Amino acid sequence: MGKTLFDKVWDSHVVERISQGPDVLFIDRHMIHEVTSPVAFIGLKNRGLKVMSPERTFATADHNTPTKNQHLPVKDPLSANQLKTLERNAKEYGISYWGLGHKNNGIVHVIGPEQGITLPGATIVCGDSHTSTHGAFGAIAFGIGTSEVEMVLATQCIMQVKPKKMRININGELNKGVTPKDIALFIISKISTSGATGYFVEYSGSAFSDLSMEGRMTVCNLSIEMGARGGMIAPDAKTFEYVKGREFSPKGNDWEKAMKFWKTLSSDKDAKFDKEFSFNSNEIEPMITYGTNPGMGLSILQKIPSKDPEKSENISYKKSLNYMGYKEGEFMLGKKIDYVFLGSCTNGRIEDFRAFSSIVKGRKKSNRVTAWLVPGSHNVMNAIKEEGILDILENSGFELREPGCSACLAMNDDKIPKGKYVVSTSNRNFEGRQGPGARTILASPLVAAAAAITGEITDPRKYL
Amino acid sequence: MTYDPLKILESTAVPLPIENVDTDQIIPARFLKATERVGFGENLFRDWRYNQDGSLKNDFILNNENFSGKILIGGKNFGSGSSREHAVWAIYDYGFRCVVSSFFADIFKNNCLNIGVLPVQISDQFLSQIFDEVYRNPKTIIKINLLEEFISVEGIEKTEKISITAYKKDNMTNGFDDIDYLVNIKEKIKNFSSKRNF
Ligand code: SF4
Repeated sequence: MGKTLFDKVWDSHVVERISQGPDVLFIDRHMIHEVTSPVAFIGLKNRGLKVMSPERTFATADHNTPTKNQHLPVKDPLSANQLKTLERNAKEYGISYWGLGHKNNGIVHVIGPEQGITLPGATIVCGDSHTSTHGAFGAIAFGIGTSEVEMVLATQCIMQVKPKKMRININGELNKGVTPKDIALFIISKISTSGATGYFVEYSGSAFSDLSMEGRMTVCNLSIEMGARGGMIAPDAKTFEYVKGREFSPKGNDWEKAMKFWKTLSSDKDAKFDKEFSFNSNEIEPMITYGTNPGMGLSILQKIPSKDPEKSENISYKKSLNYMGYKEGEFMLGKKIDYVFLGSCTNGRIEDFRAFSSIVKGRKKSNRVTAWLVPGSHNVMNAIKEEGILDILENSGFELREPGCSACLAMNDDKIPKGKYVVSTSNRNFEGRQGPGARTILASPLVAAAAAITGEITDPRKYL
Repeated sequence: MTYDPLKILESTAVPLPIENVDTDQIIPARFLKATERVGFGENLFRDWRYNQDGSLKNDFILNNENFSGKILIGGKNFGSGSSREHAVWAIYDYGFRCVVSSFFADIFKNNCLNIGVLPVQISDQFLSQIFDEVYRNPKTIIKINLLEEFISVEGIEKTEKISITAYKKDNMTNGFDDIDYLVNIKEKIKNFSSKRNF
């Protein structure tokens, strides 16, 4: 029987199979950050262990960093301590560390691809669930907990039961105004936030292969929001082109050897998947969420669905709408908003800023809206300046902040106030995710831009 | 992370019949600034449990004196969202050793097994029976027998099987973790590593 893309990468990394148990999986790249690593290092120390492969480990500061005045000392003592701890651990164990202000610094899932750390056919883990982003390159990439961070630091391996395999096929050209974010929100709204739990997903079809590498990253990033361990897309010429020549990608002979392997990375014709879904790209329109999980999404033109009040699961549905201050049967179009957040590892790359600026160009930010525009990395920030996007943004009344996770998880000062509505290009609309009591509406950079101009939920297509 | 072995657990339980409880609810991000594993139990379900001024929210189940125990019963799709292990630390440090639900998110389930919280997945129907029974009688004893792999509930005739791999069961009943295993095969791993070309 043929093998799937996932099988090929997974099987080539199995060090040992434990009968009636998990596989021991070798990890090529381990990315760490300040929030989920400190306790792992304590564990390591307590056991008297060393980091097995510091050269396969990369540390950045992103989750807990300020997005203003990064040249000044971090004010919050707890955050400062966490950053210092990471720096100290990295130094002690010989791990490369890109702290605040470093030219390679940025959100872990943005800088991995930028620096060529992310490679096709690699296994990549990080103590952050959106590690699935790196699957865009045909890598097996997934989020892990702190015990597993310790495991990988100590042994460069992880123990995992091989997940089941799912394929999601979408073919055809995308409708106007439909972005990779909309594709992902569409899929999640169809299969639910637990629809892919227990599976590793392969995205297949022209709707994905036509996307840029950055677009593929956005799609794979959101795999976790459908419950999947991760998602991946078969590498192709676009992928190899992107990877070539980056700081940590293989060079010379190593590159040739790697290419030989990478070219085998697609699912065989007769490969079997445990589950498949197929959608048509023309079903997808600009999407928006109205509830408190990413599965509660709909086309921007639709009404919030009504549910049978008798059913038990609808208690959670009601609770969710109450939190949002919305009612069944209402239209999302025209709803007032207070904040806009452009950023995160989902939509904080240069193409997202280009998309956003394409709409705000020559228009003005609405007075009722506070907008936080946060690049995913220093590289993205520099590109925004070099390409003249910063001028466009400033002329329209926006300001640019410095890179980091920011309001995606609101660990730093970037918290949306209680009860306020934010159109956010990040990945989670959970209760309180963007600040206690904050109400999150997930959408693409285009929808966010349109909302920033009008102060309400607006169909971006009229500005395209 | 070492933890106490778990073989058989008999306890009352706390019911939380909400679906899609995500790890941001279990422990909000602003409590993740610690560099040691301390104080997480106090902030379990922080924003559901406390008002913003720090006073208790009386209508939340953890603040209801009638319900207590080492078992947390959650609605379907428990533990979705962020991979933060802090969520499971909060559950463990608060005093729970077992979470029962009809569906768990993957990373959450792995994190549980790694630090000694047993996730027990049962059918939707059994779950709703348990909720009813525990609400009717908060003193209901639930028995988690990991050695023989079943869960039973006082007052309900039905029992269900606990599904767990032999490897993880061995870990859980002995208090071992994966690192112990991996450190033992270090030479084999080094050998594997030396043959990789990236
Ligand atoms: S931007 Fe958000 S989702 Fe991405 S790594 Fe940071 S916190 Fe995690």
